[in-house]
Amino acid sequence: MKELTQENAPVLEALEKLKQMRIVPFDVPGHKRGRGNKILTDFLGEKCLSVDVNSMKPLDNLCHPVSVIRDAEDLAAKAFGAEHAFFMVGGTTSSVQAMILTVCKRGDKIILPRNVHRSVINAMILCGAVPVYINPQMDKMLGISLGMGIADVKKAILENPDAKAVFVNNPTYYGICSNLKEIIKTAHAGNMFVLADEAHGTHFYFSDKLPTAAMRAGADMAAVSLHKSGGSLTQSSMLFINDKISEGYVRQIINLTQTTSGSYLLMASLDISRRNLALSGRKVIDSVIDLVEYARGEINNIGDYYAYSREKINGDSIYDFDITKLSVYTRSIGLAGIEVYDLLRDEYDIQTEFGDLANLLAYVSIGDRPRDMERLVSALSEIRRIYKKDSSGMLEAEYISPKVVLPPQDAFYTDREEAVLLDESVGRICTEFVMCYPPGIPILAPGELVTAQVLEYIHYAMEKGCQMTGPEDMKLKHLNVMAEK
Amino acid sequence: MELWFTEKHTPYVQFSIKIEKQLYAGKSEFQRIDILESREFGRILTLDGYLMLTEKDEFIYHEMITHVPMSVLPHAHRVLIIGGGDGGTAREILRYKTVESIDLVDIDEMVADACRRYIPQTAASLDDPRVKCHFEDGLKYIRHYENEYDLIIVDSTDPFGPGEGLFTKEFYGNCYKALKDDGIMVNQHESPFYPADSYAMQRAHKRIFASFPISRIYQAHIPTYPSGHWLFGFASKKYHPIIDARWQEWKKLAIKTRYYNPKLHAGAFALPTYVEDIVREVE
Repeated sequence: MKELTQENAPVLEALEKLKQMRIVPFDVPGHKRGRGNKILTDFLGEKCLSVDVNSMKPLDNLCHPVSVIRDAEDLAAKAFGAEHAFFMVGGTTSSVQAMILTVCKRGDKIILPRNVHRSVINAMILCGAVPVYINPQMDKMLGISLGMGIADVKKAILENPDAKAVFVNNPTYYGICSNLKEIIKTAHAGNMFVLADEAHGTHFYFSDKLPTAAMRAGADMAAVSLHKSGGSLTQSSMLFINDKISEGYVRQIINLTQTTSGSYLLMASLDISRRNLALSGRKVIDSVIDLVEYARGEINNIGDYYAYSREKINGDSIYDFDITKLSVYTRSIGLAGIEVYDLLRDEYDIQTEFGDLANLLAYVSIGDRPRDMERLVSALSEIRRIYKKDSSGMLEAEYISPKVVLPPQDAFYTDREEAVLLDESVGRICTEFVMCYPPGIPILAPGELVTAQVLEYIHYAMEKGCQMTGPEDMKLKHLNVMAEK
Repeated sequence: MELWFTEKHTPYVQFSIKIEKQLYAGKSEFQRIDILESREFGRILTLDGYLMLTEKDEFIYHEMITHVPMSVLPHAHRVLIIGGGDGGTAREILRYKTVESIDLVDIDEMVADACRRYIPQTAASLDDPRVKCHFEDGLKYIRHYENEYDLIIVDSTDPFGPGEGLFTKEFYGNCYKALKDDGIMVNQHESPFYPADSYAMQRAHKRIFASFPISRIYQAHIPTYPSGHWLFGFASKKYHPIIDARWQEWKKLAIKTRYYNPKLHAGAFALPTYVEDIVREVE
């Protein structure tokens, strides 16, 4: 048989072959190539429904891949420089959870920065791991958490020699990277695994103008959101491992929670996107970099706004910066990022990725055209002209150091729980999540002490229009806490 | 041989003109450009298959988009035309000797070049020393000016395709900023008749209305545009389009027109009731 190259897309090719075979479907899905659901077929298109099929002999099986999915995963592993790749259909959330469930068992420690995605702490609730948080340094002005400082990582490793792994965001939502190579060296010297959340780092693998990609730097596992900068369908993702991790064990872990009806639409999109990235990723990313660099210059020329970039690099907590990220500091016009985000959408029909209390993030990718960028820049210029106000009185963001009293699993599954009014919860141990969305990073996680500082932040963020997600009481009037004895 | 140009005015309505021959076909970075020769309408410019102008009826559009604001501001010095690469709008503005300079900003230089070569009736104006052509994105250009122009004319294509950015709130807001304190912006405002055009027209009015203290709509009859019933927007910081029109001064200029006249100017702002209703809904 001919050896496969990056020009191939085995899942796509198998689906195309299947279409030609005109097989009579007496299997699921019940819509039978769309014929049984005309409205859905009209909406999504016949082409789409005709390949929404179940695993079968010519299409392999995601739970136990031995043919075309296996081939596609092998090509992906080669393209990303990993020992093995797993196609994931439960979002990068599922990839992140698989990483943690692979290396941690109940009671095991894991060293991680606080600004992790909620999926990380969710995984700890599932497996009973215990977090050792590192204070990601804050940029006082921008009000964002940065990367982990090397000294902090070394200290945490020294104080917790029994920890199983170090978890790294590469990069953060805002495009900020830690010194990954040094962290890997230190962690490996202490016999710890390094897990990388590369939800926002797919493109790192295909450009030499961007920060180091985790698998290339020697990380043991990496969760990569191909559906973000890689162009695949929402909810598709990849998980990579190196040769120190058992492929078979990881697959067992994945299969604990993954669907047995993996979507071929998602898998085909991963396969096609991997091929695109491998064949023309460099060129595509260069054009994205050019567009973002142009926009940054234009936005910084408007006045007041600050679209930051590599000048923020400080050798430690901002070891590197992803220049494809278009983050704009907006507090200088007296508006929170989320207020500018709302104005852009409500008044200018422009949807950005998110606004936090001080910044706006516009997600730029291969799909963007220069004339759309002109709209964004012009709208920002107009928002400054029309809505600018005094910026005093805006809350200075500060890192809220979590006080972990109980492991997340113990707190979440406690049978001594009660709901108290949010404003009366200071001094209690929280048993659920409170997240400010976006960006979906926890303010409180199960097992943590509620402080006055936490409450002040929650109230301020809600007042500015952020959504608080996670708690059982969706309006957050009440908070679940450990019952007092 | 039967050679016809056909444009779909809606998915269910088409408009055809018998073509003698195709004079030019080109593809720029932004759109497909064709120039056709017809017996009934003379030369025709189409972009992406949409008819932009014909030699026979372009005077209506170009007179109405220029003389209406110019009779309110007969002493305008600095005029900006956004779009208008065919030169027709610039040609009409050049008839005012008080205009010192015209900046013409069109995204597509190939359109201007094709018109220079095949439709000198409109495009000869582009080589006038008072006209300065800038081939760039209008939205980008306008952002950099403040208190600069007496009159801005938005002579755009439809809001689907390269002209999209010229129908946005950010664009109108930037125009407001680029105008002097008594400045006027006039724009090509689509048609009220077919639903898709009517929706675009209503959205544009909503945005202009939110950006300028005075915002009115006027109309003209343009035979080759969808439904033949076409609208223009008159947005102004200070002057009312009828009350503040300076008819006497304008008449003294002795500009000979074929469509425009002061009576028609006043009447053009009287809209059919169904159009009034569409407009009022967003005011």
